[in-house]
Order: sequence, then C-alpha cells, then structure tokens
Amino acid sequence: MSSPLLEKIITESGQPVNLCYQCRKCSAGCPMVDEFDFPPNMVMRMIQLGLEGELLRSRAIWMCVSCETCGTRCPNQIRIAPVMDVLRAECLKQGIEPADPTTVALHTSFIESIRQFGRVHEATMLLKYKFKSKKFTDDLDVGLKLFLKGKIPIMPKKSRNLSKIKEIFTKAGF
Amino acid sequence: MTAKIFSYYPGCTSHSTAIEYIEASLAVIEALGIELRELPDWCCCGAASAHNLSSSLALGLSSYNVAEAQKEGRDLVIPCAGCYGNLAQADYAMRHDAEVRRRLESEFEFSFKDEIRMLSLVDLLAAEELRGEIKALVKKPLDGLKVVCYYGCAIVRPGAVTGVDDCENPRRIDSLVADLGAEVIDWSCKVDCCGGDLGLTDAEKTAELVGRIVDYAEAAGADCLVTSCALCQANVDIRQSRMPILYFTELMAEAFEIGDRARWWKKHFNDPGKLF
Repeated sequence: MSSPLLEKIITESGQPVNLCYQCRKCSAGCPMVDEFDFPPNMVMRMIQLGLEGELLRSRAIWMCVSCETCGTRCPNQIRIAPVMDVLRAECLKQGIEPADPTTVALHTSFIESIRQFGRVHEATMLLKYKFKSKKFTDDLDVGLKLFLKGKIPIMPKKSRNLSKIKEIFTKAGF
Repeated sequence: MTAKIFSYYPGCTSHSTAIEYIEASLAVIEALGIELRELPDWCCCGAASAHNLSSSLALGLSSYNVAEAQKEGRDLVIPCAGCYGNLAQADYAMRHDAEVRRRLESEFEFSFKDEIRMLSLVDLLAAEELRGEIKALVKKPLDGLKVVCYYGCAIVRPGAVTGVDDCENPRRIDSLVADLGAEVIDWSCKVDCCGGDLGLTDAEKTAELVGRIVDYAEAAGADCLVTSCALCQANVDIRQSRMPILYFTELMAEAFEIGDRARWWKKHFNDPGKLF
C-alpha cells in the first residue's frame, strides 16, 4: 500500500501510519470522537488511500486535542497527534479553508502574542481572538470573573530575548 | 535527593491563571529546603497553539528553553503540565534524533548533554527520597478528606517521553496525597482528557467532558479533585459547579499549614476553603 500522501505523512510525522490494521482502539478511546466527521481509524485509512482533499477539509483534524490517548494504546505504536499536526499544517499551507476557523483564530492569536512579547499576554491575546473569531459574547462572564480574581493581568510580561524569538518564528516560516 | 538547586521554568500561566499553583508550589518547595533558579531568558513553550499550526515552530520554541536549561547545567523544574509536556518532548527529540539535535545545537549555540533532565513538579515532589521529609512537615493531617487524583494528559503521555509509572493508572500523586493523611480513592478518570485545548473555543464540548469526569468523581465519593495541570484545573473548575479542584501543592501547603491559603481559595471558581 502506498500513496504520495502516506509517504509525506510518514516522513514528516515520523509515524508508521502504513502499519494501521483498523483495530479501532484509537476511536474507542478518543474523547473527541463524537465531534470528528471521520473517526481516527478512518483518518489512518484515508491517509493510506491518499484521500488528501477530504482529509484537509475535514473537521476531525481541528477537533483533535492531542491528548495522546490513541497513541498510547495503539498496538502498532502510531501516535496520531503528530499526524494531525502535519495534516493541519498542510491544510493551512495549501490555503484550504479550515473546517473549524474558530480554533485557527485562537491558535493564531496565541502565537502572535508569543511573537510580540515572547510570552503570552492573555488580555490582548483574548481580545485579538474575539475579533478574529467574531465570538464577542461567548464566555464574557468567565472572562470577567477571571479578571476580578486577578488571573488576567493588564500588563504583559516580556521575555528578555525577543530578537531570538522572532528568529525562531522566521525559521519556521512565519 | 542530593542536588537541592534546580533551574526553574515558570511558564506564562505562573502570573495569570495558575497564580495560586505557583505560590503554593514555591511555598512547599521552600519548606523542603529546595532552591529554584528561574531561567533568565525563558520564552513561552508554544502551549497548545504552536503545534496546531506548525510542528517546527513548536519544536523551536520548546528547544530554545531546553537549550537555556542546558547552558545553566541543572535539572529543570517545570510546574505547568503543558509546558512540561512540550519541553520534555523537545528534550526527547534531541536525545533520540542526532540530526534534530545537531540542527538545534547550532541554532541555539549550545552543546546537548544528557545529564540534565526535564522534571514535572510531580517528578520533583513525589520522589521517593522526599517522602520522609514531606511526612515530617505535615502539621495538620488531612484526615477525613476524600480525594480523587486527576493526572490528565501532559504529565502522562506519551509514556516514553514522560517516564510515567503507568500510563493508564499512574499512582505518584496518589501516594503523595495519602502521605498528607487524606483518603485517596481509586477511580476511573485519572488520565481522561478534560478537553482543555478547546476550553476557549468550544465551551459546550468541554463542559460535557468535564461533567463526565466530575460524575465519576462524585460516584467514587470524592470531596474534591486534585491535579498538577494548570489547564485541567482551570477547565474543570470553570466548567462545573459541583466540587472544587485543587492543585496538589495547595493540598500540601494546607497540610503543612504554610502560605496564604485563604487568598488562594479565592482564586478558585469552586471554593476549596469549605473542605478544611
């Protein structure tokens, strides 16, 4: 069994996806499986068959929370979490609209905060996320409570080595 | 434990959502006569976000911090489970892949030595050598307190990276909490994921996952959950209102009778003060 997608995933994730024989242990223990359009075992099979477009447009790749439960239990030692990382990056690289843009809005706001301060500044990161996702009213009560409990500081704490951090971003293609 | 000085990686939540965890942990560590020296130039490890967009960005950010620790030459203590998971994975990649190691050594101008370890706070405080000292510091045994220990994901999986005692049934926090005098109850959700990565983007799904975990904690007869993960704590505390979830070092501080516990309890959504 071989497909260009399978070869690419094996090389980039380092995971032996070719060994999957559909025992479905991954899907049985996946906490997010109800949110996946294709359960993890099917994602493995789709990679083997080279169904790239369907995978990169799927919701499954964005709903995986990288809890590593599947990888821990896989009889063939396939860690699916790094496989999902490769699929997500490929989706963005190919300019395909992510099936869950909210998640991408959060992660993008988060890494922009790291790039700016070297560390995450929750207040500005959350504001940016709200604008990107347009989810202005979600969890406002939680945010206010956290602020009142002193858990969302107003001033950012910066890393002292910002030039090196910007270099890390540039090297990774950002 | 012979070396009592460690390098220390606070992580971004140390001054925000996990502020009470850090205060409790530093109080406990000081009581045990251990000295932590903060890495001077640490940066965010990329948390749950960097790897979702780019594996090379995630590896770059975490490796930068591992390199800083290598330059200091001491084991690195990382209280936040998420930060620990990321840094431990970068450390593992450099240990096991010579090409990755060479590339990162040149990028961050250091030479990788395998004597330095990445330590979660559980690695540090649940060490067998500290058991006697911890028991001796207990002033007020937590008699009658029924506890379930909630490990979550990042200090457990992947097992090859974390070196955990048992991926499906870890026991190190259980033993530590039992030494404080509490009644530790066995239960089914020790290593179940709370969905923390989606805590900000999908409140409904995380409430469902958290609800299930708390159902099992209640069925086991627990008064509270105890964790070492800042993301689990925030997620489980915010998304339900049935029982408190404490950091294991807060429980240690309570038993040692040290630190400003009343102020820490106010940082929680479900007040743990009523338990003591």
